[in-house]
Amino acid sequence: MFQVRVHGRGGQGVVTTAELLSVAAFSEGRHAQAFPTFGSERTGAPVVGFCRIDDKPIRTHEPVACPDAVIIQDATLLHQVDVFDGLAADGYLLINTSRSLGDLGLDSFVGRFDRVMTVPASELAMKHLRRPLPGAVLLAACAALTGQIRLASVVAAIEGRFSGQVAAGNIAAADAAYEMVRSQMKEPARAEAD
Amino acid sequence: MLKQIEGSRGVAEAVALCRPEVICAYPISPQTHIVEALSTLVKSGELAPCEFVNVESEFAAMSVAIGASAAGARSYTATASQGLLYMAEPLYNASGLGLPIVMTVANRAIGAPINIWNDHSDSMSQRDSGWIQLYAETNQEALDLHIQAFRIAEELSLPVMVCMDGFVLTHAVERVDVPSAELVDAFLPPYEPRQVLDPDEPVSIGAMVGPDAFTEVRYLAHDKQMQALELIPAVATDFAAAFGRDSGGLVRPYRCEDAETVVVALGSVLGTIKDTVDELRDEGVKIGALGLTSFRPFPLDAVRTALGHARRVVVLERALAVGIGGIVSANVRMALSGIQLRGYTVIAGLGGRAITKTSLRGMLTEALADRLEPLTFLDLNRDLVDRELRRTRTTRRSGPAAENLLRDLGHARIG
Repeated sequence: MFQVRVHGRGGQGVVTTAELLSVAAFSEGRHAQAFPTFGSERTGAPVVGFCRIDDKPIRTHEPVACPDAVIIQDATLLHQVDVFDGLAADGYLLINTSRSLGDLGLDSFVGRFDRVMTVPASELAMKHLRRPLPGAVLLAACAALTGQIRLASVVAAIEGRFSGQVAAGNIAAADAAYEMVRSQMKEPARAEAD
Repeated sequence: MLKQIEGSRGVAEAVALCRPEVICAYPISPQTHIVEALSTLVKSGELAPCEFVNVESEFAAMSVAIGASAAGARSYTATASQGLLYMAEPLYNASGLGLPIVMTVANRAIGAPINIWNDHSDSMSQRDSGWIQLYAETNQEALDLHIQAFRIAEELSLPVMVCMDGFVLTHAVERVDVPSAELVDAFLPPYEPRQVLDPDEPVSIGAMVGPDAFTEVRYLAHDKQMQALELIPAVATDFAAAFGRDSGGLVRPYRCEDAETVVVALGSVLGTIKDTVDELRDEGVKIGALGLTSFRPFPLDAVRTALGHARRVVVLERALAVGIGGIVSANVRMALSGIQLRGYTVIAGLGGRAITKTSLRGMLTEALADRLEPLTFLDLNRDLVDRELRRTRTTRRSGPAAENLLRDLGHARIG
C-alpha cells in the first residue's frame, strides 16, 4: 500500500488534491481511498488530506500515520504543523515553494533528488491557471517523483473534475510540472545550481 | 458501473435508483452532501417524478415523510446527530404507524459538548424507536443497504434507518459499484402500500388506541421486527443473486470458525478490525470478528451461533450508555445468556477520535491476557481526566468541564 498525506490550508484545494490522486489511481485499475481530516474547515486554517493506493481492496479507515509520501501545498506550514510526522526515512517529500530547501531550513533533505523535490506550484498555477491553486501541479509532480501514477491519469482525473479553461489551465500546469520534476531528477546538479 | 466517488454521492445515486417520489431535506453535517446530490438529480430531471421538499427542521422532514408515505409515495430523508433527536417524536410515529420510510443516518456524536464528528450516539439513542437499523461497513455496503432497505421497509411496512459513519464513510472517496437502473428496477418493484390515504377509498391512519388494544398494537410492531429477522437475510440472498456481491444480512462473521476471541463491532471500524485480526492470525492468535449489520431487530440467535464457542468476546462500541457503559454489549450479553465466557466492553472512537490499528492491537493484547478492564475507554487521556477530577475536588467553582479540558490541552482559543 502506498500512503500519501497532503498538507495545506483551507481554500487551497487539499481535499480535491487527495481526491484527484485517488481518481487517477482508480483509472489505472487500482484501489484507492481519499479522505480529509474532518472539521469545521476555515479558509487559511491548516487542512490535511489522505490518500491510500493499493492493488487490493483497502479496508482500514484510520488516518494515515506513516505516509510514504508527503505533499506540502503551503510551505508556511513547515514550522507550524509537524508535516514530517511518521514520514519514513526513504519517504517522498514534495513541497510547493520557489525557495530552496536550505532557505526553508530543511538542510537535512538537500541532495536527495530521487526523494525530495521543491516545485514552484503556485507560480506555475498562476501562469497557466491564473489562480494560485497548486493541486494539479503537485499531482503531476507526484506522478513524476513517485511513479505511483501516470501523468495521463492525472490529466484524465482533472478532465473528469473540471471543464473548459479551468481544465485546460490545470492540465497545462500539470504538464509543465511533470517535465520540470523529471528534468530535475535527471540533472540534479543543474537543478541545484538554478 | 465502477466509480471512484464520495460515499455521500454513492448513497445519493443508490437512493435515486430506488426512484423515491418524495425526498425531504434539512441540512446537517455530515449528511448534507447526500441530499445536496439528490437535489441536483431532481433539478436536472434525472430523478423524476420526485418531489424534493426543503423543510424548515428535522421535525418537519420526518413529518412530511410521514404524510408522503401515508399518501402512498416512496419517501426518503437523511439526517444526523441533533437532527435525529429533533425528529424523535415523528420517528416513533413513523414506525408506530407502520410507514416504510427509508432514512440515512450519517452517524455523528450528540452534544454537549458540541461535536460534528463521528460516533454512534445518535442512532443508538433511537434504537428502540421501532425502526429497523442497518449499519454499513463500507461505502459499497451503504449503497447496497439503501436498495435493500426500500424492499425490506415496503415488504414489512416498517421504516428502515441505514446508518453509515459520518465523515469516515460519507466523506471518503472510494471505489464503488453503482448498479444499473435495470438491475435495481428488477430487484425493487414499485411501491405497493399496505395502507394508503386515498380519496376514492377513504380510511384514517393514526387512531387513538386505549388500554384495550395498545399492547396488541405494540406486540405486532415487535412481531414485524421478528419477521425482519427472516426477511433481512432473504433480501440479502436475493441481492447477492441479482448483483453478484454480499451485502447486508444480519451478521457478518470474519475468521470466527475456530476463534477463541471474537471482536464484535458495527460500521466502518470493522475494516481496521479485520486488518488487525489478520495480523494477529499471522502470529497464531485464534481471533475473529463479528460485524453486526442489523442492530434492530437484534439477531440474538445469529450472534449466539457466531459467539457461542468463543472463550472471550470484546465488544467495541462507538457510543456510551452513561452510567452503565456498553449498549451493544448489553444486547450481546443477552444473546449469550447462560454461556460462560469473558466479556469486555471497549468504548472507542467517540466524537471522531480515530480508532487505529495500533490502539486496537494494544487493547487486544491486554484482552488476550485477560488484563483488560471490563469497561475500557480506548486511548483515554487519563492525565487529562485526573486533572479535572482534582479540580472539582479542590475547587467549588471549578468551571465548565469541557472548557477546562481544552485549556489543559493548550487550546488557546478557549477561555
